[in-house]
Amino acid sequence: MPVEILMPALSPTMEEGTLSKWLKNEGDKVASGDVIAEIETDKATMEVEAVDEGTIGKLLIAAGTEGVKVNTPIAVLLQDGEAAGDIASAKTEAPKPAAAEAPAPAAAPVAAQPKAEIPSDPAIPAGTEMVTITVREALRDAMAEEMRADDDVFVMGEEVAEYQGAYKITQGLLQEFGPRRVVDTPITEHGFAGIGVGAAMTGLRPIVEFMTFNFAMQAIDHIINSAAKTLYMSGGQMGAPIVFRGPSGAAARVAAQHSQCYAAWYSHIPGLKVVMPYTAADAKGLLKAAIRDPNPVIFLENEILYGQSFEVPKLDDFVLPIGKARIHRVGKDATIVSFGIGMTYAVKAAAELEAQGIDVEIIDLRTIRPMDLPTVIESVKKTGRLVTVEEGYPQSSVGTEIATRVMQQAFDYLDAPILTVAGKDVPMPYAANLEKLALPNVAEVVEAVKAVCYK
Amino acid sequence: MAPRKTASVSSRKAAAKPAKKDFAGGTIAEFSKEAELKAYREMLLIRRFEEKAGQLYGMGFIGGFCHLYIGQEAVVVGMQLALKEGDQVITGYRDHGHMLACGMSARGVMAELTGRRGGLSKGKGGSMHMFSKEKHFYGGHGIVGAQVSLGTGLAFANRYRGNDNVSLAYFGDGAANQGQVYESFNMAALWKLPVIYIVENNRYAMGTSVSRASAQTDFSQRGASFGIPGYQVDGMDVRAVKAAADEAVEHCRSGKGPIILEMLTYRYRGHSMSDPAKYRSKDEVQKMRSEHDPIEQVKARLVEKGWASEDELKQVDKEVRDIVADSADFAQSDPEPDVAELYTDILL
Repeated sequence: MPVEILMPALSPTMEEGTLSKWLKNEGDKVASGDVIAEIETDKATMEVEAVDEGTIGKLLIAAGTEGVKVNTPIAVLLQDGEAAGDIASAKTEAPKPAAAEAPAPAAAPVAAQPKAEIPSDPAIPAGTEMVTITVREALRDAMAEEMRADDDVFVMGEEVAEYQGAYKITQGLLQEFGPRRVVDTPITEHGFAGIGVGAAMTGLRPIVEFMTFNFAMQAIDHIINSAAKTLYMSGGQMGAPIVFRGPSGAAARVAAQHSQCYAAWYSHIPGLKVVMPYTAADAKGLLKAAIRDPNPVIFLENEILYGQSFEVPKLDDFVLPIGKARIHRVGKDATIVSFGIGMTYAVKAAAELEAQGIDVEIIDLRTIRPMDLPTVIESVKKTGRLVTVEEGYPQSSVGTEIATRVMQQAFDYLDAPILTVAGKDVPMPYAANLEKLALPNVAEVVEAVKAVCYK
Repeated sequence: MAPRKTASVSSRKAAAKPAKKDFAGGTIAEFSKEAELKAYREMLLIRRFEEKAGQLYGMGFIGGFCHLYIGQEAVVVGMQLALKEGDQVITGYRDHGHMLACGMSARGVMAELTGRRGGLSKGKGGSMHMFSKEKHFYGGHGIVGAQVSLGTGLAFANRYRGNDNVSLAYFGDGAANQGQVYESFNMAALWKLPVIYIVENNRYAMGTSVSRASAQTDFSQRGASFGIPGYQVDGMDVRAVKAAADEAVEHCRSGKGPIILEMLTYRYRGHSMSDPAKYRSKDEVQKMRSEHDPIEQVKARLVEKGWASEDELKQVDKEVRDIVADSADFAQSDPEPDVAELYTDILL
């Protein structure tokens, strides 16, 4: 049966074009790939190639015709043994209307994003011994325990092995697990992040350490485009069970390029989980959870917190749920939500406020994404007042996200506008006095809480 | 305008280079009748599939970007002939041919192109983002050069697990200038990872010819500073590709580390469907098609040696066309994804 050749769309947006020139005449033989015509679009002159073999039976649109709509028959191709008399019976190349021309489907209701049920922290059995360790030791213990339990877990990064970690987080791991599983990399964040993601796509569970997350800017394409999106782009076939960890945020006097909090950055991305612990117990329990998690997890640590000590329950397998906030201090007058090093300001402010007769509830978010908003809202329902505290920049911050969602979901419970305390809107300065000014401080948190309490 | 290079593939052929240690290079594999027929059939499937994809794009069934592999078929088909179960493949955005050669279904690929639920990524990935755990195909990547680091990671995993599988990381002459390629070369050489880097040099990175973008246009030597051996291969001759692939696979499997194969090839179509390809002459394209077409070369040998009659070849053509037509029908009739799919597969 003769085949109709249709006016093709030659760009994602083309709807019509000019059939500027025929390069084949009626009676000419054509093979697949032969150029048969030239078409002018709004952007360029394009060639039309034959898909099927045959003889041009009839040219339906004259050269020079403007405004030929996409999918209009422009010629008829006769196949072996057919004559011009068969043209009337021509069938179009494809029997069905193009998707672009199909009536727009009625806006079907899309179920809201399903919320995963996140369990609460496991109960600590009565009589469990509490040991005081640093955040640094807690992180190391978490990795060591998971590496003992699963041969697929390995750690890679700059100075993680022989040097024992730039910040000594991987101390002792090389001695216990050897160079196969504790891998020193060259200083090539983009490359080794990609290698880690590739290994994770095969089912291994890499822990990629960035000496600081500032350097992960070189690798952010793999974190987002390769790790976070693959599960979705593959229709669920393949993901990347990988942990990217390292210090984020300001340390001390290291200036603009080394002092930046990435919590808000990564929390923007669907397909990632973002964890930022404050205490050693949370650091341990959440890092163990991150390593076991089948998704890519961004694990943001803080250089200043590494040396701080906290009590950690002495249990064989202490794992905490990712996505669950922790009420750090119970109070009734106002709620402070913070995370990571921001908690240090919140805790000190709460002590000062107590002396002034204001009883503050502190929520340690622990996980930035998925965000445990229900815990925040429960607290706001009780206190009616909310202050957020973080070291990151103020625009599009974690605090502004919390403020927006609480305003949308718990407006009627608020007795005062939500205030956000954040780092100042400047690159981190080097000079000691300016650096101090650029970071949030306890006084600002105290002032903010008093303001929402109208005191 | 810069003068165009119109050297034919044969004048750039590996045979012109001196053979290097451990690697004959430039050799032509002896193909049995069965191998020739298999190569013919697989290359033809890619060719016909891509022509149909181009047609469906023209009719509005396929949206966005669509990069066709027409002209380059011998590269992936020849490489694939040298692999064994468990060897991995990863490539960039010009990926339909790789998926078909890996044995992924024509229906699944075509339905993904049309964004339907039966597509390999349930319609959520599109032309540049398809994967198959079963066929060890790791994408389909839209960020130029990303697949090189990821493919090195696949090789890392093989070494970590202690198996003898190799990974094939395909990328173009354009991607070959990305920084992460050299970060990966360094680590692959340092750790002796079993990865074959396949530079599909089709002479144009979108509209920029190799000579306008690359200070060193011999991509096979791009690993020299890391001690990675590299060879140029006539990527239009499936037998030359197979011969190089055999040696490269053996090199990797035996623990000698990475290797680079520069495939001298050519794409007949534009960079993507919306590329008028004004940066090269029609004569250049026509010369490649008429003198170096990878499929015509095999066809001519089959006929010359009396291994297949014109009728038998027509039968192969028909079978291939039927597979492609079936995939196109499926890709047009299969429904779009259920709207609930919007929120699935984000996290496990």
